[in-house]
Formats: sequence, structure tokens, C-alpha cells
Amino acid sequence: MIQFILRRLLQVIPVFLGTTLLVYFMVFALPGDPIRALFGDRPPSEAVIAQLRQQYNLDQPFWVQYGLFLKNLFTFNLGVDFTGQPIAATLARVFPVTAMLAIEALIIQGVFGIAFGLVAGLRKGGIFDSTVLVLSLVVIAIPTFVLGFALQLLIGVQLGWAKPTVGSNVTWGSLILPAVVLGMVSFAYVLRLTRASVIENMNADYVRTATAKGLARRQVVTTHVLRNSLIPVITYLGASLGGLMGGAIVTEAIFNVPGVGQKLYQAILRSEGPTVVAIVSVLVLVFVLANLLVDLLYAWLDPRIRYEN
Amino acid sequence: MTDFIAVDPAVTPVPDQGAPVLEVRDLSVDFGVDKKWVPAAIRLNYEVRAGEVLAIVGESGSGKSASSMALLGLLPSNSRVTGSVKLAGQELLGTNEANIRAVRGKDVAVIFQEPMTALNPVYTVGAQIVETVRLHSEVSPDEARLRALRMLELVELPDPEKAFRSYPHQLSGGQRQRAMIAQSLSCDPKLLIADEPTTALDVTVQAEILDLMRNLRNKLDSAIVLITHDMGVVADLADRIAVMRRGVIVETGTAAEIFHNPQHEYTRALLAAVPHLGQGGADSAAEVDVTAALAAATNAELSSIPEDQLLRRERENAAALAAAEAAKPQGQPVLELTDVAIEYPKQGRVPAFRAVEGANLVIYPGQVVGLVGESGSGKTTIGRAAVGLLPVAAGTMKVVGQDISAAKRNGRQLHEMRRHVGMVFQDPSSSLNPRLPIGEPMFLAGVAKGGELQKRIEALLDQVELPRNYRNRYPHELSGGQKQRVGIARALSLKPKLMVADEPTSALDVSVQAKVLDLFQNLQKELGFACLFVTHDLAVVDVLADRICVMQRGRIVEQGTRDQILRNPQEPYTQRLLAAVPLPDPEKQRERRELRAQLLAAGQS
Repeated sequence: MIQFILRRLLQVIPVFLGTTLLVYFMVFALPGDPIRALFGDRPPSEAVIAQLRQQYNLDQPFWVQYGLFLKNLFTFNLGVDFTGQPIAATLARVFPVTAMLAIEALIIQGVFGIAFGLVAGLRKGGIFDSTVLVLSLVVIAIPTFVLGFALQLLIGVQLGWAKPTVGSNVTWGSLILPAVVLGMVSFAYVLRLTRASVIENMNADYVRTATAKGLARRQVVTTHVLRNSLIPVITYLGASLGGLMGGAIVTEAIFNVPGVGQKLYQAILRSEGPTVVAIVSVLVLVFVLANLLVDLLYAWLDPRIRYEN
Repeated sequence: MTDFIAVDPAVTPVPDQGAPVLEVRDLSVDFGVDKKWVPAAIRLNYEVRAGEVLAIVGESGSGKSASSMALLGLLPSNSRVTGSVKLAGQELLGTNEANIRAVRGKDVAVIFQEPMTALNPVYTVGAQIVETVRLHSEVSPDEARLRALRMLELVELPDPEKAFRSYPHQLSGGQRQRAMIAQSLSCDPKLLIADEPTTALDVTVQAEILDLMRNLRNKLDSAIVLITHDMGVVADLADRIAVMRRGVIVETGTAAEIFHNPQHEYTRALLAAVPHLGQGGADSAAEVDVTAALAAATNAELSSIPEDQLLRRERENAAALAAAEAAKPQGQPVLELTDVAIEYPKQGRVPAFRAVEGANLVIYPGQVVGLVGESGSGKTTIGRAAVGLLPVAAGTMKVVGQDISAAKRNGRQLHEMRRHVGMVFQDPSSSLNPRLPIGEPMFLAGVAKGGELQKRIEALLDQVELPRNYRNRYPHELSGGQKQRVGIARALSLKPKLMVADEPTSALDVSVQAKVLDLFQNLQKELGFACLFVTHDLAVVDVLADRICVMQRGRIVEQGTRDQILRNPQEPYTQRLLAAVPLPDPEKQRERRELRAQLLAAGQS
């Protein structure tokens, strides 16, 4: 088991190097000059520009820039961005916000997706099942930004049940509305996955055995069907956590959440290589760790899966 | 293991003549399909007394399983059950959910066919038995645990503590079925329904489970309803038999009545269709007395056969063997294995697995060689390697004169070789492409075109006795037996010199199997191809094969002509395997059982 975890952690290294290299190269290849863009319409003297270029190593070739970035990274010195802010401080500010948002979305999609999927699967073909199936398809079909603006207008502005935007003062409560929007599409997938899985397991032989033992339907469902049905759902939830962290750009923009998505968007616009790559690196780590967690959960849910040798 | 062998198998307890435990009257089961009621069982009447085994026999679709599941209300919601089912005088049909739940698992327990899927894979065996115990009796977790351990001991699991802690996948097939039985018995049921309890098991394991069930029947005095398609299992265990066909019980009677004096024509047809070991092929007059052969080979003395009779039977056997030695094969071998080892190549972190080691085997033109063994013995592996689907790791393998041991995977040489080799697969449903009409697989690899192609396809369909207008049908429009005929036609389409048949009849019902085997045999005689026939069923090999190879754990442990193997088996494993096959005849099976007990006892001392 320990060996398995270590091996998985070692796999992080090539993944990390590969993604940072790719992202660094893409930012490097962006058209335009980041330093000139910084000053807008009043360009400073060439000497100032040259000095700034040197300060941010922008005068160096790509490989040297990337090498210096890596060197700084491993000495835990992420440097400063173009506005002079330390990147590490920026990360420490934005990541907790997005983590809160992602966790809230994950809970919403997990709890409601599994619950609705379970009920729909148990009453296959009924009114609830048919309604939920159609609605989930609608949710999947609507783009996030449409859903986001619609809910913001309806719940935030017209009904006044929640603040339409989050702003700098982030609390769990203020994030509920963006979390609902963020988790909505995954919620629909979790629901459908749970439903399919429950239907399959309800027909399994061991469920018939459980009934033949004399267990009541509720006991059969909670002890025998649910755990077996969760195995594929957990995989999906784990994989979606990474997507929630990185994919919140649209949602964060709509609700003005000062999180990773917003920061990343700004950094890309300014061609700030170091900031973009730093954020992406953390996202990669989150993604890999989330998947490791899923694999461990998997082994716990299903004893047939064992990570030996 | 030894204590139940000591139970004298010759003594079948006389069924208790008391009140029946289960009384079934006018039981009908219908399934709603497309807004119509389709009957699965029609007005069944039977009863079972304590200590009695009633076997309900029939082929798939006869309604034997559906009617038995209906007893406990275990059918899906699109079903309708009418009639009366009384358990110890108490009516079960139409009673409320809570009442039927109290009966399930407590008064009536079920043993299902496939213990791997019938036990929940995510809980330990112990947890599942404890769940049953605590459901029906108010006991502490510790008491329930002790009870579960006692049950696991009762079903003769070698290490009950370990079995208690094991997950189903960590046990072997036989151990799993024992665990399943332990769970069923944990609340002392009055009635045990065993739904094909040994069908998924190897023959030697099946014999052990049957021993266990007979032993438990004597100990516990439960009534048992045994649902099965296997006449050998019936002969081994049943006191009374009900034969079902298309939802109706066509005949009931004691085991002796049904086996020796069947009244209904279907019963007679069913009994005739069962291939039983020793019976030989259609034209072979010489039936092998396997019991006598085994007795001679092991110097056994049987109390169930008088000594002079046994000696006579042994002498007849020896004479027939001597007579059979005369025929010798001729020609260039079609398949030749010399010290062959076959490996499943390593995949990622999973190391290569050597499935077959040191195999020597020769098949001459026109010869049918049966390759028998239990699951995991490597018999299918040899079949696959013979058509180049698996690489040869060591030794040489010559197919139709070509050495393919070093052939490149998917290379030209294998491609050429496969034109001379046909293969028939086990499951006819999954080995035909569901999206293509059945005529398509016979497109003959570009050998013929246009009108000639049409003629060849029609000829092939004729050969396997399928109507010509079936050629544009899709696999799902055909029955299992018809699909396997297509499988055979496909294998024959290039007029192969060698046919590799991998369990071609084990997915079929007995009467269908008999017809397919018959067809196969006729085709083989007519076309004269050589055949490697891979199967777990010794009786099937006996019908078809000229030679028999017995495999165990990746090695060919014994091979010889059919007569050598059946009349004079030398290897202990072959002897055990032969002795484990149940005979569809209660008296002969009693002799066989005693012999098997002696064989096992001798093997242990």
C-alpha cells in the first residue's frame, strides 16, 4: 500500500515537469510584449524597458527562462509578478478562496447528485425518474455563463435571497450561489451515473441474495446496493475536483470571486509567465493528489481492488 | 474432509412420511411482456417432506427456476403468481411483505447458482452470514459471530476463521459455494431451495459439494428443492423428481421410477440426450464400464457390487481394451506439440504467466483429440496457441506441417496458417458479430466470388442443417443451438485440415447439445478434418474423441486412446476426475460414489 502511494507520488514528477514546460512555452509564445503592455499608452524610455526585461529575465532565451523558473521554484522563491507583488503571497490569497468554492460545489454535486440518482434509479421509469432525467439533460445543455447570469439575476437581484456578487469579503455563505452554478453540470452527470449504477446493481445476483435472506428493501438498498453503486461515482467526483478548481474562471468572473480563476485570467492577459505557471503547477498538484485520494477510496469501497506489488 | 466420506453412501434414508414441509398447489407464474401475460409456469403441484430431496429438472426456459423463486416472492415486479404455496401449513402467497420477509432466510433459504455474484463482493463472508443471523434472531454480535463460525465449520471449510475474514473473491469457487451454503443454513431453515448449486463448478468440486449436501441432508433433516438441468446431479441426490417442460410438470415420481421407467416421452428424450461417460459415440457399441475400469485400476473392493460381478465387469473391460488397441493412425501429423510451453505475455507490471508447460501432443489427419481438464488447467490456452493467438514460449509447435513456434504475431505466416485451421468458440452469442448477418462470416476470405460464393454459402448452411434463407438473419434472431451451427459453418468455410473447438457445447441445453454434437460428429466423418476438442466435460469427449489428453495445472498428466483413458486410467488425477462425473442413474451412481470415496481415502493415506 505504502509502496503504491510512493509510486504514485513519484509519478507526479514527470507530470509536473511536462505541464509546467508546456504552459511556460505557451505563455512564452503569446504575441505582444508584456512589458510594453504594462505601461499602456505612455511608453517609458527604452532604458527602463531594458532594465525591466532584465529584471524578469525576459531578455533570456526560452530554456534559460524556464530553467531559472524551475531553480526558483525548488528554492521556494516564486519571485514577484509584474506589479511587484510576491507570487507566493498571491497564491496564498487566491487558492483558499477557490478551494472553498470547489469544496462547496463538490459537496452540492455529491450529496444531491447521489441522492437524486439513487431515488431515480430505485424508481426507474417513474415520474420522478423521467423528470429528473429530462432536467439533467437541460442542465448539461445550458452553458455555465448563461446559468450563472440567470441565477445571479433571479436569486441575487430580483428575489434578493443571496448577494449577487461575492467581492473581497469571502464567506462560506456568500459562496453558495456560485458553488451551485459551478457544481450544476457535474451534478447532472453524478446524478445520471448514480442512477445507471443503481439500476445495474439492483439487478445483481447478490441483491437477490440479500432479499432472499429476509432483508427489508431499505436495508438491501443502504447496505448492499449503495456501496457498490458508489464505486464509479467516486471516480467521477475525484476527477471533477480538479476541474472545479481550474474551471472556475467563468463562475468567478460572473460572481466576482477573488479566486484562482480570476487571477489566472488576469495573468494570462498580461503574459505573466511565472504567475500563470505557478498557478497551474499548484492545480496540477491538486489534480494528482485528488486522483490518488480517489484510488485509495476506491480500494476502501471495493476490496477486490488491491494495490500490492 | 474425511469424516463425511465415512458416511455410508449406499444408505439413502427413507423419506419421512409425515406432513409435507412444502405444499404447492396450482402454482402459476406469468411474466408481463409487451402488455401480455406470458406463462412461465402453469398449475404446478408438488410437495416436499422433511429430509427429502425433490429435484425439479428441466432445460432452460422450462420455468423451473421462475416457479421456485416465486415461492419466496423473489420474482421481478412484472410477474404474476397465483395458486397456493403452504409452508408447514402456513400460506405464503398473498401474505404481506413483513410476513414473507420473516420466512425468507429463516424458514426457507436459497442457494444460488453462481456464488461469485450471489455473494456481495464488498463484504466479508463472515459479515454476510452475521447479517443473516442477526436479522432473524436477537443475538449479540459475538454470538452471531460464533454461530457463523460454526456454520462455516459445518460446511467443512478447512479454515473457518480465515473464511470468515475473507472476501468472496479470495475464496475458490467451491469454497464460495460452501460459504453460500453456510449462510443459507445459518437459521436452520425448514426448506432449502438449491438453484443449480453446482452448475458453475468444476466436476471434482461439484462432487464435493454434492457430498456435502447429502451429508447435510442426513444431519439437518431439512426439505430440499433441487433445481437443476443435470441428470447426473439428480441421480446423485434426489429422492423424488419432477420433470418440467415449457412451464408444465410433465412427470413426477421417485428417482428409481423416473430413471428406470420414465412414462412421458419428454423424460425419455431428456434421459437419452444426456451424454454419459462411458457411453461412447453414436456408432460405438462398446459401452465402457468406467466404474469397473476404475475399480480394476485401483484394486478397489466395493460393497455395493458383488465381488463376482465386479470381477466379471473388470474382465470384460480388459478384453475390450485389448481389442481397441489394434487401430493405428496414419499420415503426416496435422498438429504436433513438442515440449511446448505457453505464456500469457507480461502486461505492464503484471509478469508473464506460464499457463502450459512441457506439453507433447500429436494429432493425425482425421483424428479427434479431446483435451480435458478443469478450469485453469491450461486446456483453452493450448487451443488458442494452436491457432497462433498466443505465442509459444518454448518447444516447437507444428500446425499443418508448419513450425509456428517462432512466427511473428499477426505476421504473414500465421495468416497463411489460419487458412487451414478453423476455430469454434464457446459462447456462440458473443463470438458472432451482432451487427452483421450470419452469412457474412462465411465470405471465404476472397476464395470465391459472385455466384460461386453464394453457392458455397448455401452449401455450408446445408452442411450444418440450417435453412438457406437464414443467411441474411442476424445472430439475435437465432437460438443458441442455431448460433453454434453458424459457428461451426464459419469454422468449416475454408475447408480446414484442423479444427480447434473450444467448449463448443457447454453453453447449450442437453437436448440441443446432443444435436450439435451429433452434427459435429457427422461432419467430421464426412469431411475428415482433424480436431482438437477442448472441454471440461468428459462425457462429451467420450462421445467424440479418438484420443483423450487429461490436463492438470498446465501439464498434460495422461494421454491415450479413448479406451486407454476410460478403461485403464493410470494417473490418480484422471481416476479422480472420472470418478467425480455423476452418472444419470441412481444405482450406478451409488457404486460410483463409493468408489470415489475409496479413491479419495486412498489418496489421503
